[in-house]
Order: sequence, then structure tokens, then C-alpha cells
Amino acid sequence: MSEATDNLIETLSQQEIAEIEAEITHLPDRESAAIDALRVVQEHRGWVSDESLHAIAKLLGMSPGALDSIATFYNLIFRQPVGRHVIMMCDSVSCYVMGCDGLCAALKKKLGVKLGGTTPDDRFTLLPIVCLAACDRAPVMMIDNDLVTNVTVDGLDEILGRYQ
Amino acid sequence: MSEKPLTERIESEGGLVTMDAYEGSGGYDVARRVVTSMSSEEVQSIVRDSNLRGRGGAGFPTGVKWGFVPMGDAAGDGHKYLVCNGDEMEPGAFKDRYLIEHDPHLLVEGMIIGAYAIQADRGYIFLRGEFHEGARLLNGAIADAKSKGYLGDNIFGSGVRLELAVHRSGGRYICGEETALLNALEGKRAQPRSKPPFPPASGAWGRPTIVNNVETLCNVPSIIGNGAQWFHGLGRGEDAGTKLFGVSGRVNNPGLWELPMGTTIREIIEEHAGGMQEGYRLRGILPGGASTDFLVEEHLDLPMDYGTIEAAGSRMGTGTMIIMDDTICPVDMSRNLQHFFAQESCGFCTPCRDGLPWLEQLLTDIEEGRGEDGDLELLDRNCELIGGAGKTFCLHAYGAIEPMASALKYFREDFETHIRDGRCPYNHRG
Repeated sequence: MSEATDNLIETLSQQEIAEIEAEITHLPDRESAAIDALRVVQEHRGWVSDESLHAIAKLLGMSPGALDSIATFYNLIFRQPVGRHVIMMCDSVSCYVMGCDGLCAALKKKLGVKLGGTTPDDRFTLLPIVCLAACDRAPVMMIDNDLVTNVTVDGLDEILGRYQ
Repeated sequence: MSEKPLTERIESEGGLVTMDAYEGSGGYDVARRVVTSMSSEEVQSIVRDSNLRGRGGAGFPTGVKWGFVPMGDAAGDGHKYLVCNGDEMEPGAFKDRYLIEHDPHLLVEGMIIGAYAIQADRGYIFLRGEFHEGARLLNGAIADAKSKGYLGDNIFGSGVRLELAVHRSGGRYICGEETALLNALEGKRAQPRSKPPFPPASGAWGRPTIVNNVETLCNVPSIIGNGAQWFHGLGRGEDAGTKLFGVSGRVNNPGLWELPMGTTIREIIEEHAGGMQEGYRLRGILPGGASTDFLVEEHLDLPMDYGTIEAAGSRMGTGTMIIMDDTICPVDMSRNLQHFFAQESCGFCTPCRDGLPWLEQLLTDIEEGRGEDGDLELLDRNCELIGGAGKTFCLHAYGAIEPMASALKYFREDFETHIRDGRCPYNHRG
């Protein structure tokens, strides 16, 4: 590989590269780890920038365009910066029956953001998400990796307070 | 012998079943017996005789599906794959999460036996990306099984090879479609494939592959352990075995229960889910999740089995029901459903990609008082254009039309009132 290529891959940390290579060991070829690699980098940096995308593409031996077409397909891969904490509010039918529309309206008002927006202090990004598979405990949301169930408008302050 | 093979260990542990608890109650004994003393054909035969049907929603007979995989030299050179569909994302469904988070070893053992049945040397659990706890538990269970020699190059000392790995999904509903799942597993956009070829002939990386649901695979150890007749004996009606049935919505006790196949809808809702909450009346049921047709009060005494619910014009699907109560506007609920289906379309086929957002727009207009004469006829016509069989590579749009067409059938008056009066008469919370 050329020096330019090596430099690009070096924008990824040793840890990130090691984690991506570990995923590749379960697969028949490097390109098959595209989604895993995107997830690894996002776990370290919060989102996948253009620079990261190019580095991952080089590491896996694929075109950045092809990798971006994969990255932009998936709900959980963020190609824009996010705040310190990502709130994903379920808006599917069981949460709808249990009042998620009102909950979402309250949350938007409280944070002062629209869906997809980040608070000015960079604390929260608010995103809609589809069914989180906890429908008996609706309404449901996730904050970062945490599942938060039986959410009420009155309970929002306490829930948000856990995430600085 | 057990009546609740899927949940008995979870019940007796009162939570997560550890490796010690799993083995202590006979776990991995069946896998050991299968791999060291039975043939693949024997295993397939027992599962075929048991009449186990896929628990992911389609209800295809599992043993028959396994039988499509070429065996021995006919499989050619290379790996064969067993893939567990752990991408539970059908709105209203929460049963696979329960099994994964409480008894991960049951799934691992089910996969060992299933892989042996089809001579697969590689297995993947394709898991919801949001299931962080599930990924941790499954990776832990796989590591534990490997350290005991139940996975690896020489499982149970038999010379058989099997490696399992968890793939964490990037997140799209369409990943739950079998061939889209395989594309996602291969690191691509989750677009369904044109079929044939079907996965047993050409699946993951072009090799013979079987995709089975979590709950389906979790049934396998007890079926091999207790026999096909035992499994038949668990069911109350035409179908064999038990099922994790669930209810969400304005009921007193939303949740999940392992019950015989053929338990009636009424029993599930009134006895187990405690009936409707005070002030709410049942108006509609989506018996198997968002992509199933509405049923109404007249259907309450139907047994939940595949054939009966199909004959009633719906689908048992995942067996997790969503209850629409009388405070919910059927037009707005339809809008919510079509918003989901439109958003989750992979975009490849025109009727789905362009038709579903059109449905959502029409429903939004009707809900917000902008409905016009002819809109209902347009919705009817679009249901035919979008949902008709064979018009798309997969059944995503077909699934979207199930709740749409049935809402137009059972709640047509609500739609007509919205258009006639130019407003929604329901009091929307928030």
C-alpha cells in the first residue's frame, strides 16, 4: 500500500483497527465486515465522519462510495455528529397506542429541539426509532445503550437527569 | 415431562438462566446425544414429524425447510450456514428478546442441533443492534459453550466442527426478511433478493443456508429430547407445541405467556392480560403484530393457530397481539402503521417505495381534515396495486396492506366520517 493509504488508515486508532480485525475473523472476506466496522468506529467516536468512512473503506479494501451507501441505509449508523447522549424514542404502533405522540411532543418542548436535532449544549440528540421490542412496557425509548420503559411525561425530568 | 419447554427454566430461576443452571437441569445433554450418536437425517425426521412451524411469522414447517439443504457431496465445497433471525422488529413483538435475555443457552443448544441437522459448520445469530444486553449475554454463552468444547473444531469430542458468532444489525426492519438478512450479514444494504434461488440452495455468500427464528430454534432441544408425539400433545388444536403469546395495548396486564398452540384469543386477552383497562373497550386486534390483518370482537373465541387465523382473513404471525381500544382513531393508527412501513421500505421495488408513502400522505390528509371524495376508492385501489402478490421482491408491502385493507373493511365508517365532516372526531392524547 502507498504511504498515503497508510496515513489514512492511521486516522483509526490501534484499538479500533483491532476490533474491526476481530470481526473479520468471523467472516469469509473483509468487505463483509462493513457494518461491523462502521459500528466499531461509531462506538468510539459517537458518529461516522467522512474521514472515518474513507479510512474504514481503505482498511476493508472497498470504495468509500460503496461503504457510504451501506452506512446511510441503516438506522443505527450516524453520518452526522450527535450530542453526548442519543435519545431514540419509539414511534411504532404499540407505543403509539400507549401515548408516545404526546410523550414525544413533551420531550421536544423540554429539550427545545425537533426530531433529529441536538440541544445547544450538545447534551442530547433526539431521534425517532422504530419498534424496540419491549411493547408490553410501552412507551419505550433508548438513551445511549439503555432501554427505558413505561416512560411518562412526569417521569422525563428524572430520566433525563441520569444523563449529563 | 415439561409443559412449558421454552420458559420452565426461566421460571424456576426467576430470571437469567446461567450456564450452571442450564447444565444442572439437563441443558446440552440433548446436543451431546445428537452430535455423538444420531445422524443428521434422524434429527431432521424428528423435527419434521413434530410439525414444528416457523415462529418468526411465516409458519413454514421447519423440518421441511431443513430438508431443502443439500447434504454430503451434493453440497459441494465450502461452508454451510445456520443463521438465527434474532432481528425482532415487528411492531408489537417482544418474545425473542425475552428468550435471548433470559435463556441464551437454550438458543445456543438449539443452534448446535439445527446446525448438525443440516451439516452446517458455521452459525450466526443476526441480532437487533439495539439488543446490547442480548449481545453481551449471547457472546458470553457462546464463549462458555466453546470453553466446554460444545463449539469449536471438535464439538463434544465428535470431530464435528461448528463456530457460532453474533452479528449485530445496523438497524432496519427489512433485515428481518430472510434474504435481506443474508445481504446484511454479508455487509451490504439489506435489500431482499429475487427468489429463486432460495437460501437452502444459495444463501449466505452463495452457500446453502437455513434462516430460522429464535423461538423456532429454542423449541428444537426439547423436541429432540422428548420426541415428536410429546410436542403434538402440547398443542390444543391443529398445531403442535407451545407458543409465546403476548399482548400490548390498554390491557391491565400487558406481557408474555407460554401457552398451548390453539389457546383462544379471548383467553389470552381476558385471563392472561387481565382484560381491558377501566374506561377502554376493545375495538380491534392485530393478532400477530403490525403486518397482520385486523380482527374484531366477533373473532375473540378463535383459537390461535396458523390455519384458523388465516381462514379468518388474518395471520397468527409472531403471536404477539396489539389491541386497538375505542379511544384510538383507526385512521390515525393506520397513518402510524403506514408511516412505519413507508419508512422501512428498502426502496428497491416501485409499488412499495412509492406506494407506501402515498398511503401515508392520503391518511395524513384524511386525518387532518383534508380528505376528499374518492379518497377511499383511491386507498382501496392502492391496496390492490401495492399489496398484490408477485408485484415485489418481498412481502414488506404485502404486510403493510394487511392492516390497511382490513382497517378499510372493519372501520370504514370512521374513514367516511373524517372525509364527510372534514375533521377527526377522536380526542387525541397530546
